[in-house]
Amino acid sequence: MLSRLFLAIALLGSTGLLHAQTDSNSNGDLGALLSGDASTKTHEYTTATFKGVRVINGQSIENEAPGVLNFIILHRFGTVQNGFQDLFGLDGAQTRFGFEYGITKWLTVGLGRSSFEKEYDGLLRAKILRQTMDDHMPITVSYAVTMMAKSNEVHLSDSTKTYYFSNRLSYCHQILIARKFSERFSLQLSPSLVHYNLVNDTQDPNNVLALGIGGRVKLTRRLALTGEYFYQIPGNKITSIPYYNSFSVGLDIETGGHVFQLHFTNSTGITERAFIGQTTDSWAKKGGVHLGFNISRVFTIVKPQEFR
Amino acid sequence: MPAFAQRYMTRTGKVTFFSKTSMMDIQAINNEVACAMDAKEGGLQFIVLIKSFKFESALMQEHFNENYMESDKFPKAEFKGKITDISGVNFAKDGTYNVKVSGKLTIHGVTKDVNLPGTIVIKGGEVTANSTFIVKCADYGVTIPSLVASKISQDIKVTVNSVMAAIKH
Repeated sequence: MLSRLFLAIALLGSTGLLHAQTDSNSNGDLGALLSGDASTKTHEYTTATFKGVRVINGQSIENEAPGVLNFIILHRFGTVQNGFQDLFGLDGAQTRFGFEYGITKWLTVGLGRSSFEKEYDGLLRAKILRQTMDDHMPITVSYAVTMMAKSNEVHLSDSTKTYYFSNRLSYCHQILIARKFSERFSLQLSPSLVHYNLVNDTQDPNNVLALGIGGRVKLTRRLALTGEYFYQIPGNKITSIPYYNSFSVGLDIETGGHVFQLHFTNSTGITERAFIGQTTDSWAKKGGVHLGFNISRVFTIVKPQEFR
Repeated sequence: MPAFAQRYMTRTGKVTFFSKTSMMDIQAINNEVACAMDAKEGGLQFIVLIKSFKFESALMQEHFNENYMESDKFPKAEFKGKITDISGVNFAKDGTYNVKVSGKLTIHGVTKDVNLPGTIVIKGGEVTANSTFIVKCADYGVTIPSLVASKISQDIKVTVNSVMAAIKH
């Protein structure tokens, strides 16, 4: 009797188990089905190493998305040394306004004009390597080249001499190497070569070599602390005039459609040849610090495929 | 003996979402949704990769992933559940059937039980699952800061359109 009872319970139990098994099995099977091919997907690329295309003064490895036009204003106020008299430098200012356009995912072209020595510049920034999330590629590497031309009036004391157009030109080549260490921290190295067609004195080299280092630390989802330093390699810098290494510290604020970068820097000039090799002010010397800001506004010129 | 289950699947399912405020409309489209369905038991599963949502503005797409959905932390949204009245669907015959779907929806790392209406369309051997429903940002821990509250709606209209083909064992 007892054995038949056990048998009955066992049979009922087994059918119950069986039913439960096909139920959870079907969902479990579905899960296995969906995740099955996922592992064959190619490495996922890291995004948003920096919030924008400038760390502070220097270019970052970020490029505009293809079809996106970026209008950038880089503004540097005067030095704070005069205190309240000129509102801590707010009265004087230098500005660069420029456009950058993403041609492809890896190539950006830009054009700009700075009020500092009325300089025009054109740039190209090409991404060579992209960091992946699984560290298959641990760094992002870009090449940036800028050509700059001063258009300020020049009066030569010796009127028989010609001031050639090529005197106004300078070039900058940079290899930008960046790594997004975590959601909160990114770092970039920017070895740079600035070539000046014309320098002040025979003792000055035409090529200035510098190593830039910059980074950002995210404080909240929309606020980040930034820093940047360009170290000119001794023996490869202009010495006829005391020029200092560019050092900047700032805050990045995301406001929806814009990235607003606020910072303090000792560089007046905004183009590479100006802030890397020709910074006249110093953090150590009386009030040689400028308040500055970068603001960026993007426009979608070519819509993504899904939206056409 | 386990029951034979005929299954349908796609990796190119479509999920779009739409936010409407007096200031602006925002739309995002994802054409890479993985979806699988069990025709016998009614089991239904979706895996949606958040970074695959495309926006008209690349910057908006970046903000969506970085600031709102935190896609590096929560790369996928998932639905695991079943069509409760699957027995009413005749897979052998072309037609449109209204169904009820019940299960767990996980977005931004938060899982909620949901009951949603949907339709199953049988045509030419393909099964299409459609549904339109509202997702409340607050329910899934997605915060809209007051600065942009006038531009992003708290209620997001989600539309699912998943065309699946039968798979053999």
